[in-house]
Amino acid sequence: MFMKKTMRFGAIASVAMLLAAPAVAKTLVYCSEGSPEGFDPALYTAGTTFDASGRAVYNRLVEFKHGSTETEPGLAESWDISDDGTVYTFHLRKGVKFQTTDFFTPTRDFNADDVIFSFERQAAKKGPWFDYSNGSWEYFNGMSMPDLIKNIEKVDDYTVKFVLTRPEAPMIANLAMDFASIISKEYADKLVADGHPELLNQQPLGTGPFQFVAYQKDAVIRYKANPDYWKGKEKLDNLVFAITPDASVRYEKLKAGECQIMPYPNPADIKAMKSDDKINLMEKAGLNVGYMAYNTQQAPFDNPKVRKALNMAMNKKAIIDAVFQGAGQVAKNPIPPTMWSYNDAVKDDPYDPEAAKKMLEEAGVKDLSMKVWAMPVQRPYNPNARRMAEMIQSDFAKVGVKVEIVSYEWGEYLKRSSDVKRDGAALLGWTGDNGDPDNFLAVLLGCDGVGGSNRSQWCYKPFDDLIYKAKITSDKAERTKLYEEAQVVFKEQAPWATIAHSTVFMPVAKNVTGFVQDPLGYHRFDDVDLK
Amino acid sequence: MLRLILNKIGLLIPTFIGVTIISFLFIRLLPGDPVLLLAGERGITGDRYADLMHQFGFDQPLWRQYLDYLVGILHGDLGTSISTRRPVISEFFTLFPATMELSLCAIFFAVVVGLPAGVIAALYRGKTPDHAVMTTALVGYSMPIFWWGLLLIILFSGILGWTPVSGRISLLYYFPSVTGFMLIDSLLSGQAGAFESAVSHLILPTIVLGTIPLAVIARQTRSAMLEVLDEDYVRTARAKGLAPFRVIGLHALRNALIPVITTIGLQIGVLFAGAILTETIFSWPGIGKWMIDSIFRRDYPAVQGGLLLIAIIVMLVNLLVDVTYGLINPKIRHTR
Repeated sequence: MFMKKTMRFGAIASVAMLLAAPAVAKTLVYCSEGSPEGFDPALYTAGTTFDASGRAVYNRLVEFKHGSTETEPGLAESWDISDDGTVYTFHLRKGVKFQTTDFFTPTRDFNADDVIFSFERQAAKKGPWFDYSNGSWEYFNGMSMPDLIKNIEKVDDYTVKFVLTRPEAPMIANLAMDFASIISKEYADKLVADGHPELLNQQPLGTGPFQFVAYQKDAVIRYKANPDYWKGKEKLDNLVFAITPDASVRYEKLKAGECQIMPYPNPADIKAMKSDDKINLMEKAGLNVGYMAYNTQQAPFDNPKVRKALNMAMNKKAIIDAVFQGAGQVAKNPIPPTMWSYNDAVKDDPYDPEAAKKMLEEAGVKDLSMKVWAMPVQRPYNPNARRMAEMIQSDFAKVGVKVEIVSYEWGEYLKRSSDVKRDGAALLGWTGDNGDPDNFLAVLLGCDGVGGSNRSQWCYKPFDDLIYKAKITSDKAERTKLYEEAQVVFKEQAPWATIAHSTVFMPVAKNVTGFVQDPLGYHRFDDVDLK
Repeated sequence: MLRLILNKIGLLIPTFIGVTIISFLFIRLLPGDPVLLLAGERGITGDRYADLMHQFGFDQPLWRQYLDYLVGILHGDLGTSISTRRPVISEFFTLFPATMELSLCAIFFAVVVGLPAGVIAALYRGKTPDHAVMTTALVGYSMPIFWWGLLLIILFSGILGWTPVSGRISLLYYFPSVTGFMLIDSLLSGQAGAFESAVSHLILPTIVLGTIPLAVIARQTRSAMLEVLDEDYVRTARAKGLAPFRVIGLHALRNALIPVITTIGLQIGVLFAGAILTETIFSWPGIGKWMIDSIFRRDYPAVQGGLLLIAIIVMLVNLLVDVTYGLINPKIRHTR
């Protein structure tokens, strides 16, 4: 074990020599907020892990356009979709090289075998890759791939056919997600032959813009530009992640020039950052929504009028100011404004306690006592659920509704809030996975999600028909129309109080060019340069 | 002496078994489990939940899981971390040298400053130096580590620019990890400036982590010294006309050290607790931060394995203290 480690480091040291000649080399240091759990993006669901693995090292058949939730060709140059929407044929890019590193030298270019392997290893119910993962391919399963993919066929070396069990328009967006990163089958086979498949999670090797050099656990990750990158070598020569868990310390490091980009600043530091002339403070709405889900299967919340009245009793503006401290905006739709098909024509329910009181009376609701569930953790869509619940409590008291605030440990909270018999209204939220509206509307509000991710237990046929139709339609203009309509239905029925979308701030040193804030929350360093 | 050591080791065995039980139960008694947390907001179907619990072996009865854990320990296998999927032992020992290096520096700093400060306070009892030392010690003891660390960073790294903000060494230096101790590895690397960089990165975290033990040691030394200074043999030594330095150094301090050494030993546990916060602030890649992350993820193998290893280390340190104690104090050495 020790020998192996020493040898590996010996090899790495030679790369270090190259890195140690920084006179001309451009090195960007990113003060990342945490350690990646590993480097196999299909095993995990955390953005921190994806930044370090999927986005830096790997490519996918389809990629998200830089700074957008829309997709563009990646390792697939183009694709055809059958008329019934169940067969996707991908035409693969030729001449794409896997990275040559100290730990592996590929002998062949990327081809169909790599694509098939990358998905089949996640579907396998036995074998080395099942043992390697304990079968916990979270996104592959979470995105229902086992039910959706009937089979994947190799037509020839550069053509792959995905046959689905049903039409699924979000499939293309799904394939741009990190779990769909393309792994070198040749490398994986070698690791299995050596008896060390676990190294795939420690020494990643892909076709992406940067190649992995070394990871010092919880301290530093080093990459260098992939010289054979199919889009051309990156402008940066080296990319370094300096893992810095504390936000105030990240800011100090940025000020001291120890790093050039940092994510997740403290809200309290925003003002100082704005006036710092060495820092360019970028800002964008996050791809998330924070909401309060009524249990619509339970009286009196089964009455849309009651839900709407309560929504009108909630002073959302005040909540955003207090809870987000300026780093958020009031939500009126269940999807965030950066997402395509966002319906800006929808009018939010006005804050009007008097009218709300009257509506409750008309609905025959008197002396209502209810529970409001407050999450025990900070999330981007809700940095302080307890405070939010307290403000809702006092707002509702003004219309004569008594609120009891309850909370549980996070895992318990997630489980109990899914229960169909849960009482009251639960605060929760969602951060988008792939930029497709289906990923919000179907997951969070579709009939299939009742008892699971649909915390309002809301199954409303007119809405469900719309999103189902949108799911099986490949034409994007058509889908947009359907989703816009769905948002109108949602607003009328009000299964949630839509509360907030967070604002994501990104302080970047002024000498950095080409960095684009990603609406999906990724931190990508392709196309980035230093002045 | 050998009897004393054997005696102490004998006492460690039941403690060790107790620790295996506590470390095993602690994380399982917390609500929630790793699989629920893996699924997040999306939630998880009952079938898949059961599948995953089975794959990880958490569906077994508790006694069965505990037995597996014990058998693993006897084979030197503490299981595999659920999150990183690497053996817990290798995770721990990758990170442990960083914590150990920082802790040793902190305790060294605490002793080198705390001991003389305590002696001075005792010698000038009730006078200005005494008040100064005791007030500083009280402030140091009450300082929240998080706030103290940030304050030092803002002052010394931000405003004055004397020390680096965080990390173990400048990113410019990059060499193989041989011992895991940055001070040693940087010397071995032969790269010019690497050692200095490692030292400069150690200064602030050492001060922050060493502050509380320093305060405790200074106070303990003071009170032990005061007690000893009143003893007859000290008066005798003085009356004999021995030089004050010899009276204090040879007669008084040596006897006063006995309770102080116990205190220093006890500070090791305090250091590990302080390391969690210190490591987070200074981005120090040690076991403190790792344990906290593992607890939040309900990473059962990592938490139970990590706790066990930490407990073993604390026990060994205490054993060492007991033995040192015996070396200094013949009364204890000869106790049966």
